[in-house]
Amino acid sequence: MPSMKFHIQFPEQKIKEPIIYQIGHEFKVVTNVRRADVRETTGWMDLELTGDSTEIERAIVGLRKKGVIVDPIELNVVE
Amino acid sequence: MATMKALVCRECGKEYPTKAIHVCEMCFGPLEVKYSYEEIKKNISRKKIQDGPHSIWRYADLLPVEGPNFLGPHAGMTPLVRAKNLGAHLGLDELYIKNDTVNHPTLSFKDRVVAVAITRARELGFETIACASTGNLANSVAAHAAAAGMRCYVFIPGDLEAAKVLGNLIYKPNVIEIEGNYDDVNRLCSEIAGEHGWAFVNINIRPYYAEGSKTLAFETVEQLGWRTPDQAVIPMASGSLLTKIWKGLHEMKYVGLIDEVRTKINGAQAEGCSPISTAFKAGRDFFKPVKPKTIAKSLAIGNPADGYYALKATAESKGSMDMVSDDEVVEGIKLLAQTEGIFAETAGGVTIGVLQKLVKNGTIKKGDLTVAYITGNGLKTQEAVIDAVGRPVRIQPSLVAFEKTFKMGKNGGGDS
Repeated sequence: MPSMKFHIQFPEQKIKEPIIYQIGHEFKVVTNVRRADVRETTGWMDLELTGDSTEIERAIVGLRKKGVIVDPIELNVVE
Repeated sequence: MATMKALVCRECGKEYPTKAIHVCEMCFGPLEVKYSYEEIKKNISRKKIQDGPHSIWRYADLLPVEGPNFLGPHAGMTPLVRAKNLGAHLGLDELYIKNDTVNHPTLSFKDRVVAVAITRARELGFETIACASTGNLANSVAAHAAAAGMRCYVFIPGDLEAAKVLGNLIYKPNVIEIEGNYDDVNRLCSEIAGEHGWAFVNINIRPYYAEGSKTLAFETVEQLGWRTPDQAVIPMASGSLLTKIWKGLHEMKYVGLIDEVRTKINGAQAEGCSPISTAFKAGRDFFKPVKPKTIAKSLAIGNPADGYYALKATAESKGSMDMVSDDEVVEGIKLLAQTEGIFAETAGGVTIGVLQKLVKNGTIKKGDLTVAYITGNGLKTQEAVIDAVGRPVRIQPSLVAFEKTFKMGKNGGGDS
């Protein structure tokens, strides 16, 4: 089953929301957080999403709709 | 040679073989090259370097390649210019410009990193090299691939200016314009790098590619007579260049080429894309991604991969960071051109603008030996200064008209 690695960043006002839990329930993807730093004013996570490609795409759209910045694990690669 | 020990995760320290991988499978942290400095120390010397090729490859012992077949034989050893005029203008006694506007073959510092990336890619058995780029990187990858006889794929956003596309097409790579915004291009390239067996220089080859930037530190030290500067001013896009210059300076100490590193590292960004400088000035050790809006396109990376590490290196060195407006970028380009005869692209304007600020606010002092890193040629971004350089003086084709315009007598003299 396909899996992809992402770096996601939460805006300050979304830090207290259980967004990863919600994504796991709203879409057929397994969320696997490998590294994270969540503080009062910022939060980011490196995570893996596993599932059908279409479900991963839907989950990314869902994260973005919640105000989360979603980038590949490499961050910006267009130089 | 083969002084590489392993790839190592910058976060958890897990080690990997020196293959085309870039992310730690354990914690997803970025990988970088680990060397056997004790082994290198036995074989390296100032004389060996000075007797080596007039290129980055004189420092091959400290680069992530096995050798001896180096691609990109002309990259590096660019002039370190004693900038007396600009120094006098700014109030600095010892200012130098590290002038990568004349780096070969494509007139930007990217030729250093690409030469290392393509050499390592060939050593790892790749026949196809690729990158995602809006300018300098694409030029350099396409040129190096042509010279090396490798297949080349360059991915660019669909709305890139015609001149920049031409700069790539002339080398006849496969140029793919991707419809969609920056995020779409970014994401697709990451996926292609994961799916195809290609050497994507700034993705799966990135641990090797990034090491090429260290040569700017090596050359600076050698050209200064084997001493480090007091201050370095470095433009930041991903933050990798600054991080690697810091690493390069320390490696020279580890292998016994110099006794101490006394350099304060200073980062420069444009206000329209300054996630790293903004974090530094706010006293944060993390940055917030931004949507870039600046004429300094070669620095326009809103979510920089090495931003965290650039903040860390600057703090370790007790250096500083700052940012300048687009108007100040243009003024910086003009100032460098009109004092030193060096025409820099917009990133150079950022460096000079921030240098000026750091001198004004007392961060860089009159007696500090200072090096400003100018990373690309102004011919690449002429559109940025086209409205700021005036027009030629137009006259009728007669001697009288010429002398009248310039108020000259028969014996010459008398500028208008």
